[in-house]
Amino acid sequence: MKRARAEILSSRKVGAYQSITLVAPEIAERARPGQFLAIAMPEGREFVLRRHFSIHQASRRGGWAGTLEFIVGPDPGAGTGWLARARAHESLDVIGPLGSPFSYPKKLTNCLLVAEGRGAAALSFLAQELVARNKRVDMILGAHTLEAVFKPIDAKRLSQTVAVMTRDGSMGARGGVLDALPEAFERTGAEVVYAAGPPATLRSVAGFCAAHRLPAQVAVEERMGCGFGLCNTCVVPVLRKEAPGYENVRACIDGPVFNPARVLWDRWLDTGAPSPVDDAAIVTGPRAGDPR
Amino acid sequence: MSHAARATRTLAVDLGGLVLPTPVMIAAGCAGSGRELSGLVDLRRVGGIVSRTITVDERVGAPVPRISEASAGIVWDTGLQNPGLDAFVGGELGRLSRGGVRVLVSIGGGSLEEYVRLSSALQGRPEVAALEIYLAGPDDELERSVLGAHPDRVSEIVGAVGRMSLVPVFAKIPGGCDEVVELARAAVRAGATGVTLLGSPPALGIEPALGHAGRSAVHGWLSGPALRPITLRAVSDVANELPDVPVIASGGIRTGGDAVQCLLAGASAVQVGTATLTDPTTAVTIAHDILRTLERNGLATPRDLRGRLAPGLQTSRGERTATS
Repeated sequence: MKRARAEILSSRKVGAYQSITLVAPEIAERARPGQFLAIAMPEGREFVLRRHFSIHQASRRGGWAGTLEFIVGPDPGAGTGWLARARAHESLDVIGPLGSPFSYPKKLTNCLLVAEGRGAAALSFLAQELVARNKRVDMILGAHTLEAVFKPIDAKRLSQTVAVMTRDGSMGARGGVLDALPEAFERTGAEVVYAAGPPATLRSVAGFCAAHRLPAQVAVEERMGCGFGLCNTCVVPVLRKEAPGYENVRACIDGPVFNPARVLWDRWLDTGAPSPVDDAAIVTGPRAGDPR
Repeated sequence: MSHAARATRTLAVDLGGLVLPTPVMIAAGCAGSGRELSGLVDLRRVGGIVSRTITVDERVGAPVPRISEASAGIVWDTGLQNPGLDAFVGGELGRLSRGGVRVLVSIGGGSLEEYVRLSSALQGRPEVAALEIYLAGPDDELERSVLGAHPDRVSEIVGAVGRMSLVPVFAKIPGGCDEVVELARAAVRAGATGVTLLGSPPALGIEPALGHAGRSAVHGWLSGPALRPITLRAVSDVANELPDVPVIASGGIRTGGDAVQCLLAGASAVQVGTATLTDPTTAVTIAHDILRTLERNGLATPRDLRGRLAPGLQTSRGERTATS
């Protein structure tokens, strides 16, 4: 983890997103898929927190060596909107790479990557690293509309097959990534699943993988304060490893990549209907979860 | 004078026996658990760190969302997530104090017994430089929503902790309470070495749903730059009424200028919390800026800044009293 003052090399529109490339050799050198950056807002008192972005690309060699790419949007808020409007040669206060990365399979070879919305930024980086390790990569790429499908051409270049899903049917088939999952699983002979996207989507992917005994890794999104483990706010409830019950672990330090089988999805996403496994697993302390 | 001051100039402060290399600490809940800040800041250059608030039993903490950004602030609620006293003493405490970092341990509870158990387990340990008493939680015994909002209860809790403690004890007065001076006075009369002003006041943040079906409100506490004028007023009021008591300012301090204002208003030291979440080096940068301020003004120690605003403030208080 390094902190750097990084110059913006370029900022360009990619569909519904703004793609920003930074010059940050020390961070780029260490960055792995699934990790993220924490970027400070401009001086002033209005926005007090950094904003956090998955690393989309980190170049160690060639003409782009030492650069990092991340994406903003769609529909950025006020603070992130400032970043989307920042221009080349401006510089940013960046901390990274943060978080635990995806791990690569040692023996298994057929990898199915499931990305929804901006989750595709991290999985595109992962696809590249998997291909470099002679793995077979297939992708399901989903979004609400055509514009929010992130870099489908890159996905096609990296993958054996790509299934594109949009909610409005403006590109590929109409529906969500889940609708494409059973067919893709059968067709590709997937041995391991990687997913990134909104929590509700990840929960469904986790359910599918559990039912089919497929090993999986998911990169979660949760609201972050600092991004490096101090504020204890971006927590995800997971089964304890060596004791009964659950604990709230930080998505920034212990994640954002998790084994979905350890995540207590219903407790985390609070739909009001805890699953049997959640209830059985929870042994609370005297004041556990006390909202004060 | 200026020449002599330069020869002996120091940032060190003595808060009733708690000697810190600089007057700038990292506030409770913002210093991590001893691993997070490595590589981002050298904690030996920080005046001291306050641990997250430790309770007797482990707390798994509040559900998400736990944080929401406000204008010039954050609304947060961790639900006092912490590993509990035994696990803290067995692991986190040693990590926090590694390399000689001065650790103030924040203790919190809902009953007198819990505070007594916490202080008796911690006060004799060499890693503990001081205790900071968190008083903003609910009072389980007296069934009140904020334990530390009542001077009688503050006296009782602080008295019990202070009587048995071998290390300095600071009472952190909850934010959002009336009569800050009375609460501070109650703590000091009961034996507190000093007071930390103030805890975060209660607040509500509303967040758009993040793909979560349920919760979107953070029912928590406000921190960040928005608090600074409130902090200054509390520091000034308490320092005027209790001039010999070490006051630690906490709430909204982000820059060296902010910290100097707090020292001028009567604080002996400051804590930075939210600012650390954005810039982990803030406590070091602020200390450096205070040193520059001392140099520019030919002053020898941060103590020399203390209360330099006091005459003006006293006049203003006097006028208000005269007309009321």
